[in-house]
Amino acid sequence: MEAQELPVVGTKVQTSRVFERDPETVQDEDLREAIWELGREGEWIVQPVPEPYYLAPTKYGRQKKIPLQKTWHHKSCGQCGHIPGYSTSIFWLNRVLGFDYFDPRDQTSCTAWNYYASATSNQAAQAAVAMRNFSAAYESGYFPLIHCGTSFGHYKEVRHELVHDAKLRRQVRAVIEKLGRPFVMPEEIVHYSEWMYAVRDALAQRVQYDLSGIVATVHPACHYYKLQTGDAIYDPEIYGGQRTAAVTAVVQELGARVADYSTWYDCCGFGFRHILVQRDFTRSFATLRKIEVMKQEANPDVVLTHDTGCVTSLDKSQFAAQVHGRDVGVPVMSESQFAALALGAHPFRVCQLHWHSVDYRPLLRKMGIDVDQAWMEFQTDVEKIKQGEMDYLSWEHVL
Amino acid sequence: MPSDLYTEVSFEEKQRLFDQVAADPRYKNYLYGCYECGICVAACPSARFYDFSPRKITQTLAREDVDLFYEQLNDDVWNCSQCFSCNRCPRQNSPGGLITIMREVAVKNGLRTTKEALAGYTRIIYKITTTGTQVSPDMLQEDAFPDWGPQVKEVSDNLDLWRRALPPETLHTTGLSWQVEERTMNELYAIWKMTGTLDMIAELDEGLHDIMEEIMDDAIEESGLLPG
Repeated sequence: MEAQELPVVGTKVQTSRVFERDPETVQDEDLREAIWELGREGEWIVQPVPEPYYLAPTKYGRQKKIPLQKTWHHKSCGQCGHIPGYSTSIFWLNRVLGFDYFDPRDQTSCTAWNYYASATSNQAAQAAVAMRNFSAAYESGYFPLIHCGTSFGHYKEVRHELVHDAKLRRQVRAVIEKLGRPFVMPEEIVHYSEWMYAVRDALAQRVQYDLSGIVATVHPACHYYKLQTGDAIYDPEIYGGQRTAAVTAVVQELGARVADYSTWYDCCGFGFRHILVQRDFTRSFATLRKIEVMKQEANPDVVLTHDTGCVTSLDKSQFAAQVHGRDVGVPVMSESQFAALALGAHPFRVCQLHWHSVDYRPLLRKMGIDVDQAWMEFQTDVEKIKQGEMDYLSWEHVL
Repeated sequence: MPSDLYTEVSFEEKQRLFDQVAADPRYKNYLYGCYECGICVAACPSARFYDFSPRKITQTLAREDVDLFYEQLNDDVWNCSQCFSCNRCPRQNSPGGLITIMREVAVKNGLRTTKEALAGYTRIIYKITTTGTQVSPDMLQEDAFPDWGPQVKEVSDNLDLWRRALPPETLHTTGLSWQVEERTMNELYAIWKMTGTLDMIAELDEGLHDIMEEIMDDAIEESGLLPG
């Protein structure tokens, strides 16, 4: 099918109404004072957000502290395992900005993917896994920055449960103390896409390509903003503050156009259990309710999102749908990969796009990137590793 | 409509399981009654593809319809996507959260339908519980993901080299998503032991449980993590 030129319906709300946000009148509670209070009572240590931090607006108008540096990168299983350019791009952006960060080995998965897939765990175990990781971050002197949308959402749930349930708090504290670790709650739970939002101006200053011809659609990740809804970034300038500004604000700042589509609230079809053992559901939902709708209503050059499962479902599901002659075929990646590309990162050494399924080459060419040259360079690296001339690709090779 | 399924199961047994769900500390925060407005169903991806309704589950729990609850516990809960799109409920219910609790009770009690729903998934439980990461690069095999196209085979064929062609040192792995320290792994095992998670897995798959317990007990003992 030939590419269609569709008018881009962007992120400005078509209304003259002004939406006022009043943190005092919302039902959703602000846990932060309770967290400090529990800290003062000796229930746990509160790890403060390191300075300097960025103040970002959340759904009901509260300001959230986003750390810029001294971040402890809570990696994602699915990102590191199957789409490693996702996390590599986050690290690369930190390095480009000259920021101090830490990539720990003393970190486990949040295990929430398994919990939402199989329920072979429980409240106390899930909270203990979270608090063990928070403890490890605290002991390193760096502040947790969560890469996965599900980890972020799940940790917000865990925090809510620990604040409200003294019995659970004591049970989990006893577990953590048995491990010989301090019991620590971070002042804020922060997702990497919030960090991206916080540094978007600095990123925009370093953009290498004219992206004005690039149309992106954004899939906001369910677990980012549907769990503990008040603690997600909403900016009055983006969708009139009626949808999360994560991803969209960054992509627009980089100079690309974000197009709207009607099924933006729908999930990606990941399903946790479904993506691994019942993919007929995932494939159908990801393509029929998301990718095809995006194609028909916005015809984007790329789909951008901010979670592990969403990139996986939306990218990998397209192959089978294409075989069935469906209207699909749009590359999918995280906004961290897109931003890295925009700032001149190598599409294979850094963004590792060869791990993705849908053809991304037309997008790269439209951005002005010589994809054939880049692939040749990467192949040379791989050959050097194969021949033993180089053990690994290192950061020195890519900066 | 009243349930006419699972009539061979006694009402007392159904009530016992219902009581376990209602006793979960999160239950009262997830259920406030139901307007029957259907907003949760409109937002639900699973409702578009299965005979599944988050509204019906919320209604059933609110009405304490124990027979229908038991039917849903067996036939419905594993269709949920756990995306929590249903959290936009105007009554502040969380149908997805209620389903999480129901699933936990189904696992703890080793329901036959739960074993069937999770039969193909147990290798993943083994992976996450014993390695601390849910998926690993070496799981990308064409026979496991034939519907993802030829690119999976390309990854699998080049796996070792492509993993070494990653700048972050922690990602030079094939059997785990990233390098996890031994102490960290042992601490995770200790968490599973101390919180009863391993016991839950025993209800689901005894063989899997025995293998995991042996691995974990040996590691914890060697590390001296939980003396006595």
